[in-house]
Amino acid sequence: MPPEETLVTVRDLKKWFPVRTGILEDLFSKEKKYVKAVDGVNFQIKRREIYGLAGESGCGKTTTGRVILRLLEPTSGEVYLGKQEVFSLTKRELNEFRKRAQIIFQDPYESLDPRMNIFDFIAEPLIVHNIGDEEKLVANALKTVELTPPEEFYYRFPHELSGGQRQRVAVARAMILNPEFIVADEPVSMLDVSIRSSILKLMFKLRDELGISYLYITHDLATARQVCDKTAIMYLGKFVEEATTEELLRNPTHPYTQALITAVPVPDPTGRKSKVAISGEVPSPVDLPPGCRFRTRCPYAMEICRKEEPELVKVGIDHLVSCHLVKE
Amino acid sequence: MSFLDIRNLKTYFTTKGGTVKAVDDISLQIEKGDALGLAGESGCGKTTTALTIMHLLPSNAIVLSGKIRFGDVDLLTIGEEKLRKDFRWKRMSMVFQGAMNALNPVFKVGEQITQAILTHEEITKESAWERVEELFSLVGINPARAKEYPHEFSGGMKQRAIIAMSLACDPELVIADEPVTALDVIVQAQILELMRSLRDKLGLSMIMITHDLSVIADTCNKAAIMYAGKIVERADSVTIFKQPEHPYTQGLIANFPSISGEMKPFEPISGSPPNLISPPSGCRFHPRCPYAMGICENKEPEIIELKRGHFVSCHLKRH
Amino acid sequence: MQKVKLRGYEKSIIKFWSQYMESKIGLFGLALLIFFVFVSAFANILAPYPVGPKDGDSKAILKPPTSKYVLGTDELGRDMLSLILYGGRVSLMIGMLSTLMTALIGTIVGVSAGYFGGNTEELLMRFTDIFLVIPGLPLMIVLASILGATFWNMIFVIGVLGWTGTARVLRAQVLSLKEKPFIESARAIGASDARIIGRHILPNVLPLIVAQMVLNIGSSILSASSLSFLGLGDPTHLSWGMTLHYAFGVGALFSNFYWYLIPPGFCITLVVLAFTFIGYSLDQIVNPRIRRR
Repeated sequence: MPPEETLVTVRDLKKWFPVRTGILEDLFSKEKKYVKAVDGVNFQIKRREIYGLAGESGCGKTTTGRVILRLLEPTSGEVYLGKQEVFSLTKRELNEFRKRAQIIFQDPYESLDPRMNIFDFIAEPLIVHNIGDEEKLVANALKTVELTPPEEFYYRFPHELSGGQRQRVAVARAMILNPEFIVADEPVSMLDVSIRSSILKLMFKLRDELGISYLYITHDLATARQVCDKTAIMYLGKFVEEATTEELLRNPTHPYTQALITAVPVPDPTGRKSKVAISGEVPSPVDLPPGCRFRTRCPYAMEICRKEEPELVKVGIDHLVSCHLVKE
Repeated sequence: MSFLDIRNLKTYFTTKGGTVKAVDDISLQIEKGDALGLAGESGCGKTTTALTIMHLLPSNAIVLSGKIRFGDVDLLTIGEEKLRKDFRWKRMSMVFQGAMNALNPVFKVGEQITQAILTHEEITKESAWERVEELFSLVGINPARAKEYPHEFSGGMKQRAIIAMSLACDPELVIADEPVTALDVIVQAQILELMRSLRDKLGLSMIMITHDLSVIADTCNKAAIMYAGKIVERADSVTIFKQPEHPYTQGLIANFPSISGEMKPFEPISGSPPNLISPPSGCRFHPRCPYAMGICENKEPEIIELKRGHFVSCHLKRH
Repeated sequence: MQKVKLRGYEKSIIKFWSQYMESKIGLFGLALLIFFVFVSAFANILAPYPVGPKDGDSKAILKPPTSKYVLGTDELGRDMLSLILYGGRVSLMIGMLSTLMTALIGTIVGVSAGYFGGNTEELLMRFTDIFLVIPGLPLMIVLASILGATFWNMIFVIGVLGWTGTARVLRAQVLSLKEKPFIESARAIGASDARIIGRHILPNVLPLIVAQMVLNIGSSILSASSLSFLGLGDPTHLSWGMTLHYAFGVGALFSNFYWYLIPPGFCITLVVLAFTFIGYSLDQIVNPRIRRR
């Protein structure tokens, strides 16, 4: 089978948030402070690919997902969905874009409008884009997400549904416009364990039947392993490593990736215990130290790490690492 | 004689919609030094069990029946006064779910712990502060930071402070309710390592409540799986993970993603956790059980000891 | 589809009502309100005597309560009970109409400030602050004197100065709503600001608006009564406040014409109390910050 074409291309994406200081500081200090939430990120997602973006809180993965969909305006960089460059779209073109790219949120309790019934909620994208045939399309969507019989769900409200059911409603709404690309922001982390795999299975079904690509944002590497074809690890706004998930877990090269992996406990009491390879916690993204952002916690930090930020270099087929320890 | 022996505990809640049978006849035993993982999904009754042991239930809760024998007393019959003076926080303490976010922002962290100590022990304020500094060292926080406020602490530090608070009066038993759920992966590993080392150093017995099976595998030597207010299976951890007998346990473990080892295909458990006001008849798991038989709908299964220390409640199992 | 969709809303109304019924204060207030609305609406049937300026019984001036005039008479010989019954209409009307105005202005200002943020919010909130800072009643007095004392002017004056509380409360609500994922979800599917405000924000703040309105009616009636009492009311529309004004005018306080003072004062108090009780109970149910789950 020929390799799938590239659907999403992200080039040097940056999103900096200005830090609000007091009025006096604003007046008198020349330097503006920024939280560099996303600071130069590059990657590509192919059609039908599930691309994982993993990292701890504050690494910028959630912001990346939002900016790619232009739910937040970028500071700089480009994002291509097919041939369209997302940030240079006019208002009308942006509306068209919204049909091609959608999002599923983490919190099934807060991502549904509590005052809208399920039918109206799933039909809303159709109404916004003036697509008729609501009843047929909504029924179809509900069937696809396995909430059957659909009629039973039309007039229910979110608080009458379980977490898993709500998340299915969210998926139905995301897919009703037939998107090519969905950003899934930790879609199962707030669901009960026994329900998670059914939602993940649903996502796979959509990928297989409708050819949808995903950007799967998660902090849970074990789930990324189950779901993602390729995974990138983010730290303080930058990629530190990117590889096929299998290769990433088999051959973690960046010290942070290694630390993350050894820290994850395994559901096997006879297996290895979780280990702490690095100390401390993720530092504040304001006032980043010069050089490699990870050096303050890195057990292998060298002189050069303090001066220069490492570049992403290729260490294998489809395996990129950004670390001074590594040569091409 | 077990260190903690719970028999036939029933805790119900009266609500507007009806009576919630949150904990419906559970029994379990812990030996001294055990770390028992109490696992289950939201609403299964694990937190209620912990609150019942600590006698910290809300006003609409009723403990219908049961015994909780701790040492040589039954915690359910000794009365609030004695419980407060001799047991709660002194011989047993609890790390509450989300406690790290419940630290009072206007008091220094150390002060909140001294308050806890002084409520339960008749010592001077200076001694209490000294103890706080000792506790901070024990849990890995620089003792000088006891005089700081919660907002100056990171997430991991706050959780360490909460653990320090639970150890303030030298308890024998610590109940931890989802102690690492809200933490990042690396901080989680740090806290789990801390809890393991505290257990060794201080000879603590622990009940670790969590929905995360990997945390249980990582830190507990025994495990009990709860579903809809009942304990469906309990045994030592190795048995639970390697030879689970109850279909729910099997489903949970089969579905639990692991970062290493064999990749498991998706085998979701159908349906969703039941309503505890009107739970399913017979075996509560039968609507979701792939092996459900006729009897499962009509009769609640008995608890059988399959082999020493391995208890299952399922019609499929015989001695 | 329309007919059946309503089923969903019925359920939330039933749920709301059962919650409301738990509040004894709320039920009491509601009962009180219903009573007053009823007697005011049917004043023309219930009132034993007419209350026009020429309808007084010149032989029964300032008489204390008798079997003929159950609550006594005023200085024109008019029956106090009838005056109270008709006066209720005026007071309630002023209260409700001015509240409609405050709700409208307050909602527009509060929702716009909360939703659009930035300079819009700054501007609107500073504008609100100006109105908040100036003492309400004195400003009302000044406005009313300038504009003239008519029924509609009074509604305007009270309305144009009473919206600030609503604006602030709504802005706060909208600010927190704006951060919720379902609003982001609406943006993600391409909904316009107008649609988001109309379909997502407003329905979710509507309960709060209603609660605010109810509380507002109470204070509007109080303001109206105060203004009327000070003589700025419309003499052709005799409200309870105006009645009190005339009572004072004939020295009721010093001459102990208690039947002239107590009924209107009592009615004002009761009605404002009714609205306050209802508003309080509503607030308990709808205000997400103080709601007990």
